[in-house]
Amino acid sequence: MTAAIADVKVVELGGFAAGPMIGKHLADFGAEVVRIESRMHPDGFRGNYPPYLDNRPGQETSAMFAMTNNEKLGITLNLKSQSGLEVARRLIGRADIVIENFTPGTMARLGLSYETLAEPNPGLIMISTCNQGQSGPRAHRPGFGTHLSAQGGFVNLTGWPDREPALLWGPYIDYIAVGYGLVAALAALELREETGRGTYVDISQLETGMQFVAPALLEYFATGVEMQRDGNRDRLACPHGVYPTAQDERWCAVSVHDDDEWAAFVTALGNPEWAQEPTLSTVAGRRAAEAELDREIAQWTAARSREEIMRTLRAAGVHVAPVNDMADLHSDPQLARRKVFRPLDHPALGSYRGVGPSFELSETPAVLVKGAPLLGEHTRYVMKELLDMTDGEYARLESDGAFD
Amino acid sequence: MGDFTGPDRTLEPRPLGGYRALDLTGRLGWLCGKVLADFGADVIKVEPPGGDPGRADRYAWLAFNVGKRSIVLDAGAPAGREALLQMARKADFLIGTFTPVELSSLGLGWAEVSAVNPAIVMTSITPYGLDAPDPEAPASDLEIMAAGGPVSLAGDADRPPVRVTLPQAAAWTGLQAAAGTLIAHHYRRRTGRGQHVDVSAQASMMPILVQAPMWWSMLGQVPRRSGAYLTGRNVHGAPTRNIWRCADGYVTFAFYGGGAGRHSNRELTHWMASRGAAPDWLVTFEWEAFDPATAAPETLQRLEAAVAPFFASVTKRDFEEACVERRILGYAVATAADISEDRQLATRGSWHELRDSETGKPLRYPIGYARFDGRAPKVSRPAPACGEHQAEVLAEFGLAEAQPA
Repeated sequence: MTAAIADVKVVELGGFAAGPMIGKHLADFGAEVVRIESRMHPDGFRGNYPPYLDNRPGQETSAMFAMTNNEKLGITLNLKSQSGLEVARRLIGRADIVIENFTPGTMARLGLSYETLAEPNPGLIMISTCNQGQSGPRAHRPGFGTHLSAQGGFVNLTGWPDREPALLWGPYIDYIAVGYGLVAALAALELREETGRGTYVDISQLETGMQFVAPALLEYFATGVEMQRDGNRDRLACPHGVYPTAQDERWCAVSVHDDDEWAAFVTALGNPEWAQEPTLSTVAGRRAAEAELDREIAQWTAARSREEIMRTLRAAGVHVAPVNDMADLHSDPQLARRKVFRPLDHPALGSYRGVGPSFELSETPAVLVKGAPLLGEHTRYVMKELLDMTDGEYARLESDGAFD
Repeated sequence: MGDFTGPDRTLEPRPLGGYRALDLTGRLGWLCGKVLADFGADVIKVEPPGGDPGRADRYAWLAFNVGKRSIVLDAGAPAGREALLQMARKADFLIGTFTPVELSSLGLGWAEVSAVNPAIVMTSITPYGLDAPDPEAPASDLEIMAAGGPVSLAGDADRPPVRVTLPQAAAWTGLQAAAGTLIAHHYRRRTGRGQHVDVSAQASMMPILVQAPMWWSMLGQVPRRSGAYLTGRNVHGAPTRNIWRCADGYVTFAFYGGGAGRHSNRELTHWMASRGAAPDWLVTFEWEAFDPATAAPETLQRLEAAVAPFFASVTKRDFEEACVERRILGYAVATAADISEDRQLATRGSWHELRDSETGKPLRYPIGYARFDGRAPKVSRPAPACGEHQAEVLAEFGLAEAQPA
C-alpha cells in the first residue's frame, strides 16, 4: 500500500495543537514530518496540560502530546544558537512545507522568516497559524483556550436561553483552524505544481472560526436578528432535544423533521393520549406545545433503557442517536470498524489510543503505527539519515549546543 | 489551472482554478464543495428537481453554497443519470451525500463512476460512513453531535447536555471531507489514479473532543459537562468559572497560573481597586503564591464571589479596553453585532460583501481565513438560484439541454 502524500517533507516549529495537528494529518497519510522542540523549551503540552498518565504532569506522559504527534520524527534544536539555527535552515531547505504556530514575528526574530527560508528553497510553502493572523490590532494580544470561541460567537450560541452561556469543550476554534490549515497546505501544494513556486500562508484561527458561524452572521446582516442560544431546540424541527433514559447520565437525542415523521414517532410511542391532540399534526402546533412535548417525551424515555429507545425509534425511521460519552465512543462498534482509535506503542505510555482520520481513502488509507516521539528521540537519526551528517559533524554540533 | 501571473502576483490565488467538481450534496456535505470553490475550483451544485431541500435553512444555504453554480438533474431518471455520468467523465471531483441504498439504486456507486473516469476523486459523505450497519438511519445535526461525543461535554450540569444551537456537525464534516478530497487529489496528481473518499460525520466530531477521549482511555475517567465552569484544572477537583455576566452581556475570564496569569490576576485587582470595588483582602492577595491548579476550593470560591459583582457592573467595551490596556487575560463573549464591528476583522479586510437577492441587504461573507502571499481568495459568485446555470453548464459539458423532470 503506497501512501498518498509520501512525497512531501514537512518541518514543524511551535507547539500545542494548532500547528502540529496539521503536521499530524499529513504524517498520517505518509508525509515525512520532523517536529522541532528544544530541551529548554519542550512542547507546551509536555508541561501542564492534563491528562497525564497517572494524573501527574510528565514530559513523556502527556496525552495531548501523544495524540498530536504520532508518526513524527522528534528532534531538539536550540534555535537561539547559531549552530542550532543553521541545522533548522538545512532541514527546512530540503522541505516542502514548514508549519509554525508561534506568535507573529517570532520566526523572523529567530532568523527564520519566509523570505530567508524561501531564498534557497523557492518551492517552500510556509504555513503560519496563530490566533488572529499575522497582522491587525489584536495580532499580539494573548489568547488561548476559550478566548477564541468567545470572540467567534460560539459561546454566545451555546446553552440555555434563560441562563448564562455554557463553555464549549476545549479550544474549539484551534481545531477548526487545523482543518483549514490542512486544506490550505494541500491547496498550496497544488498551487506549486502550477507555478513552480511556494507560497506563504497566513492562517487566522479566529477567521477560520468565522466560517463555521457564518450562517448566524449572514442572518444578522440580512435581518438584524441575532440568533439566540436555545438549549437543544431547532428553528425548523420540532420536537428536537436531548432526553434522559432509565440510566443515570445516559441521554438520547431525538428529533422530528416533518409531519410524517411525527406520525411515525407517535406510533412508535404506542399512540399515547397526549400525542393525539390534532394540533400536534403540524409543526406549528408542535412548536406551540414544545415545552409540554419535551416533558412527555422525557417521561417516555426516562422509563426505558437507551438501547430500547434506539431500537424502537430506529425501527420507526425516526431521527435518534445516543449521546455518547468518552467511554461510549471507545466501545462504539462503528467507530471501531472505521478504526478511528488506533493503538500505538510508546515507551512511557505503554500503549495508547491515537486518533485516525474521519475519512477513508480507497487506495491510500491512513497509516498510524508510530507513537509520538520522546523529546529529542530522533535527533541523531534525522541528522545522520536526513541531513547525511557524519559522526564528526554531529559531535561538533552537539558540543556547540545545537541540540539543546 | 492555478491562475497566477508572474512575480507581480496581482491576481487572487486560485490553487484549484481549472478543476471541476460535481456537488450532489445535501447539507451534510455542503462545506466540502465550498472549500474547493474558495480555492478556485468550478463547483457545480447538481440539485434534484424542486431544488436542494436544505434551501429551507436559508442562511446555512447562503453560507455554504456561495461560490457554486447550480443545475437541476433528476439522477433517478435514466436521462439524468446518463447526463451525470457524461459530466463525471469530464469532472475532477464528485461529491455526494447519498446513502448506500441510494447509490445502488441510482447506479452511481464508485464502481460505476470510476468506470467512466478512473481518475475522478469521488467523495461520499454520510452520518456514520458507507459501511455503517444501519446506513439509511436518518441523522441530523443533533444526532451526529450526540453520537460523535461533543454533546456529552457541554451544558449546565443540572440540565441535559447541549449541542451548539447553530448547527456545527455539517461544518466539521464538510471541512474534513475537503481534506480527504484534497489528499486524494494530491495522490492523483502523482499517479493519475482517482479514489473513493468515504467520510463519516460521526468520526468527524473527533477533533471537537480534543483530549477528552484520552481521559477515558488513559485514566478511565469520563469528562462531564460543567456549564460556565472549567473542570479538571485543580487537584482538589474545584471548578473554575470561565464565563461571567457583565452589564450588557457576558465576558470570558479565568484566573490563570504562570507569569502571564499572575500579571493578569494582579491587574484585575488593580482595576477593581481603582473603581473602589476590591475588598481589602483582595488588594493584599498574594498573587505570586497563587496557583489555580493547587489552590484550595474555598479560595477559588472567595475570588469568584469578589469578582462576579465587579464584572456584572462593567460593559463589554469597558472590559475589552481594560484587558488590552492592562494585559488582563479575557475577552467579551461576542454576539453577531460585536463580530460585525470587530476591528481586527475589519482591519484585515476579512469581509466580502454581496447583495442578498431576497432582501436587498448587503451580506458580508467572512473570507480570509487563509491568505496566500497576503491575498485571500475572494468569493467568486453568490450562492446560486436553483438551476441558475443550467444552459451554460450543460453546454460546457457538451450535453443537450436535459429535462429537469
